[in-house]
Amino acid sequence: MPVNILSVRDLSISYNSIEALSSLFFDIERGDYVGLVGPNGSGKSTLVKSILGLVRPLKGTITLFGHPIDEFRHWNRVGYLPQKMHAFNPHFPSTVREIVTMGLISRKKFPRRIAKSDEAAITQMLELLNITDIAGKLIGELSGGQLQRVFIARALINEPELIILDEPTTALDPETRENFFSLMRDLNRERDTTIILVTHDVGTIGAYASKLLYLDKKVIFYGSFDEFCFSDTMSKFFGSSSQHIICHKH
Amino acid sequence: MDIGEMLSYAFIQRALIAGSFISVLCATLGVLLVLRRFSLIGDGLAHVTFGSVALGLVLKVNPLYASIPVVVASSLGILKLTQRARIYGDAAIGIVSSLGIAGGVLLASVAGGFNVDLFSYLFGNILSISTGDVVTAISVSLIVLLTIYFYYHEIFSLTFDEEFAKASGINAERISALIVMLTALTVVLTMKIVGIMLTSALLILPAVTAFQVARGFRNAIIIASAVSLLSVLSGIVLSFFLNLPTGASIVIINFLFFIFMFTCKNIRARMAR
Repeated sequence: MPVNILSVRDLSISYNSIEALSSLFFDIERGDYVGLVGPNGSGKSTLVKSILGLVRPLKGTITLFGHPIDEFRHWNRVGYLPQKMHAFNPHFPSTVREIVTMGLISRKKFPRRIAKSDEAAITQMLELLNITDIAGKLIGELSGGQLQRVFIARALINEPELIILDEPTTALDPETRENFFSLMRDLNRERDTTIILVTHDVGTIGAYASKLLYLDKKVIFYGSFDEFCFSDTMSKFFGSSSQHIICHKH
Repeated sequence: MDIGEMLSYAFIQRALIAGSFISVLCATLGVLLVLRRFSLIGDGLAHVTFGSVALGLVLKVNPLYASIPVVVASSLGILKLTQRARIYGDAAIGIVSSLGIAGGVLLASVAGGFNVDLFSYLFGNILSISTGDVVTAISVSLIVLLTIYFYYHEIFSLTFDEEFAKASGINAERISALIVMLTALTVVLTMKIVGIMLTSALLILPAVTAFQVARGFRNAIIIASAVSLLSVLSGIVLSFFLNLPTGASIVIINFLFFIFMFTCKNIRARMAR
């Protein structure tokens, strides 16, 4: 029987009286790989922030792992890769290892000490993302691709059951991007990890995601990618001529 | 006179002990404040202290007792202005700071002047501190440093990436409030001991010096503390032998450390090319 990881009911969010999201309803089940797509300003990042408890809903409810979002405390079950990777202060004196370690604190209780047993998990994650050799480097000394891998490691270190990735591949070269998608696919298939991937690239997401959530302040479409390809939404938003390019790319 | 004889003076012993604790305290807090772009909060809260000391004198209560709640509330006010009114930290500090000065001047005018020197509360001298001041310096330092130790990971996460910290279940507002309240407590209690100039300088200079060469966040705190401690100790000793103002000597030595580290960083960068 499918288990709902996330349930959104009648969710509406406004910023300064301007509606960002309007009456959203959807469920995400364990093992889903959902591509969250939509035009600029469609509310994708707002939705992500509301799922992470960073933005309060004006109306409606969000239930995460069976708990109302306000009461949810097990944030180690959720991995998050933020969009604004380059908004960080490049002069911040922090090493790669310190940033990856930061990911562990969501599963720690006060005073959130890092135990010796955690060091093995950190080392393993550095190896998985192929960043062991730069573990001692400062974040300001990294390339965009290296920085992205560091933040991916931080998001994955708790082996989260739900991973939320906000535009994760924008700074990556094609090879790293492919490796990244391959890693996500393995996590999804082998560990049943639920993934929400925010992207602009509707064509690419079809190759990976099992479901597509098309957002434009409200849910325009939610279903499988194949259903999307033959839906009215597809032709309405992208034109019938784009159908071949988007739907057969994968 | 030699070092041994100098160290036999009780006022020098008190200065060295209190200075050591205050130097490490301010340097540690400074790393957090500079990275959060709250470098000038020390100056701003010092101005608020001016107003609160005047308030204490008007109300005929110990100015220190009046200052602690007023300055702590002001520090939270600065934080709320940045969070709720979306005002940048420097502007928020400017607003609260000018309010503090204006309040102090108004109260002094209404009271028709004070019998005690208002400025004696603001411009302390590390060489003229009492044993009670030393105890205050040690107590404040231990309270603040232990709090930072226990909340280290929350503070680091929040300082680096507030959004991620919140998404990790960290109560960002509470930790931010904790940092500014610790700063307020530090400013009020150390200002009378070492003076506005030194408190503010010790919050900024060791941190920016450490950032020139630090290889990590923890490393930055250690280097800043070491630089600060060395500056304070050498400043006290040099000022004693050369008959110079102690606070100013400490600031100048701190600045020389900054120039040295800055040069080292540039040489290292050139060699790496």
